[in-house]
Amino acid sequence: MADTNEKPENAALDAVLNREYEAGFVTDIESELAPKGLNEDIIRLISSRKGEPAWLLDWRLKAYARWLKMTPPRWQNVQFPPIDYQDAHYYAAPKSTKNAPKSLDEVDPELLRTYEKLGVPLHERARLAGVAVDAVFDSVSVATTYRAQLAEKGIIFCSFSEAVKDHPDLVRKYLGSVVPVNDNYFAALNSAVFTDGSFVYIPPGVRCPMELSTYFRINAMNTGQFERTLIVADAGAYVSYLEGCTAPKRDENQLHAAVVELVAHDDATIKYSTVQNWYPGDKDGKGGIYNFVTKRGKCAGRRSKISWTQVETGSAITWKYPSCILLGDESVGEFYSVALANHRQQADTGTKMIHVGKNTRSTIVSKGISAGHGQNTYRGQVRMQSTAEGARNYSQCDSLLIGDTCGAHTFPYLEVGHPSAQVEHEATTSRISDDQLFYCRQRGLSMEDAVSMIVTGFCKQVFKELPMEFAVEATKLLGVSLEGSVG
Amino acid sequence: MAGETPPLLEIEDLHVNVDEKPILRGLSLTVRAGEMHAIMGPNGAGKSTLAHFLSGREGYTHVSGTVRFEGQDLLALAPEERARAGVFLAFQYPVEIPGISNHYFLRTALNTLRRARGEEELDAADFMKLVREKAKLVDLPDAMLKRAVNDGFSGGEKKRNEVLQMAILEPRLALLDETDSGLDIDALAMVSRGVNALRDAGRGFVVITHYDRLLSYLEPDFVHVLAAGRIVRSGGRELAQALEARGYGWLEGSP
Repeated sequence: MADTNEKPENAALDAVLNREYEAGFVTDIESELAPKGLNEDIIRLISSRKGEPAWLLDWRLKAYARWLKMTPPRWQNVQFPPIDYQDAHYYAAPKSTKNAPKSLDEVDPELLRTYEKLGVPLHERARLAGVAVDAVFDSVSVATTYRAQLAEKGIIFCSFSEAVKDHPDLVRKYLGSVVPVNDNYFAALNSAVFTDGSFVYIPPGVRCPMELSTYFRINAMNTGQFERTLIVADAGAYVSYLEGCTAPKRDENQLHAAVVELVAHDDATIKYSTVQNWYPGDKDGKGGIYNFVTKRGKCAGRRSKISWTQVETGSAITWKYPSCILLGDESVGEFYSVALANHRQQADTGTKMIHVGKNTRSTIVSKGISAGHGQNTYRGQVRMQSTAEGARNYSQCDSLLIGDTCGAHTFPYLEVGHPSAQVEHEATTSRISDDQLFYCRQRGLSMEDAVSMIVTGFCKQVFKELPMEFAVEATKLLGVSLEGSVG
Repeated sequence: MAGETPPLLEIEDLHVNVDEKPILRGLSLTVRAGEMHAIMGPNGAGKSTLAHFLSGREGYTHVSGTVRFEGQDLLALAPEERARAGVFLAFQYPVEIPGISNHYFLRTALNTLRRARGEEELDAADFMKLVREKAKLVDLPDAMLKRAVNDGFSGGEKKRNEVLQMAILEPRLALLDETDSGLDIDALAMVSRGVNALRDAGRGFVVITHYDRLLSYLEPDFVHVLAAGRIVRSGGRELAQALEARGYGWLEGSP
């Protein structure tokens, strides 16, 4: 008869923290796969499959040559066995899109169903009205919606492959201008083998009338996904862009090494939001996506603004630092992040704010949640160059621990090269308290809902930066991802 | 309050330990619908333990005895199941939940309870109407309800917020754990008015307090003295007045 009050509590918590990954299904679809391995021939194959011009093949081959001379980074606070880069396919395409579809009607219905199942209906009149979607399935873009409506305003929103064909000058001008091919190991790899992604160009003075969105889905086995996103906002333009990601549950680890480049000219604003829900592996750490991503924005013009918002709940390992180079005077960089590491997940994420121009400003708000055996690291660099007169930064890093087997780590790097520049850094670490959980449960909330409510409150500052529909999605996702986390 | 109505809460010979130390040592209490029972007693007598244990808080070891709520074994239920069955605890120290507005918290709780009772969920508009009406009871301004749960609330505001939650969640059994502590005279009157507005034939109250002052507003049907883990004396309002005048010392050794 003893302990009646304790057992249900722990059992409920365990149930909460051990819920299943809901996007883990596999779509049964015929794929065209390049042979396993990475070499110049594979790169030539990718380039020719995509009908690329010679300059782009050259660019890839140069990147590959650089990559061969580089070594993987070792400074991050994550652990994983060495990756065998020869043991993966570098190109996987659903067969039915070999001759790229001209409209949604030509898209394989099985693919459309996959996206429906994921809650991303691609039909333009579907519930997600007001959001244009580019869907990338394994290595290729399968559909981009609302294109005609956007074109009326001169906005280009298409797959990267199409951009190479239809807007070669723009692509050539900006590709690699923010993340050079030799920037880091994974960026070099991506530059050599990237297969598709999204391209956005907003002409001067145009405010993009809807959210633009890319949905990434890894389906094939033993493949990596290497997409490339390039967004350019010309003078006075505005765009809000969102990416979402899922993958089936597989026992082996899959590499996702993307590169995202943003360029904002004078008075332009780019808001880039990510809800990342790659398969995190099972509760013992088997399988899951290695999410090694380079994201960087250049505030090239005066008063330009780039704002990153990320909700990172998935992936076995996350290694990404969406950054801003604040070149233009009075330009603004923002980074709002929620990163969750549950079970055996490892996250090493943060940002870099490089202040070059005068009176540039940056804000960093990072919320790290660690649960189970998860390890969560915030790593951020704020650099005020000697030219950054009057520059200001405010950083806030909060960590929330759930249970006593997880870890939270914070590594802020601050460099101030101008005497008038100001840098402020605040950090807190707290635990989800039994008092809070009990209070919520006494009002009727399940353990699950109580945990998710408290964590949602913790993340509020970040969630309010997300476009409305996605804030709702992110809140739900966080709840699901937390399952099995309190003890 | 006739004895024929079936009991809402029946506690029989309850023994509860905290860290191996006996705190409740043979407590028995029966509360029927429509009744208000006040529990008084010296510090460390086990008053708050009783309230927390009944609502399912962790950290208490049930040694022996039974607790039935509307005939059902209350101790077999998880805290949220007890809440859904209609047990409400007004906390002595209400907890802050940063980033979650009172509105959102309360609507989530209410709709959870309504689902459990097989009722339709309230939409945002109907909920707002309900909150505005109930908030008048304890004079909590709307602006306050938009703020995070208990975040930056004064002691008195927190207690008023507890009563507001009770008014909205409409429990069958309300446990008030030192709801009067830290309140000035005006706030005490306001909180008491809120509690009195909720009294009806279908609802039972257990009010834990140190002071007769609260009871002079609430006028409970029964007053019990809890000492050393047991109820040592029961009576009406006059017992509370005697305690106020004479302290607990004269009761020691009472059966």
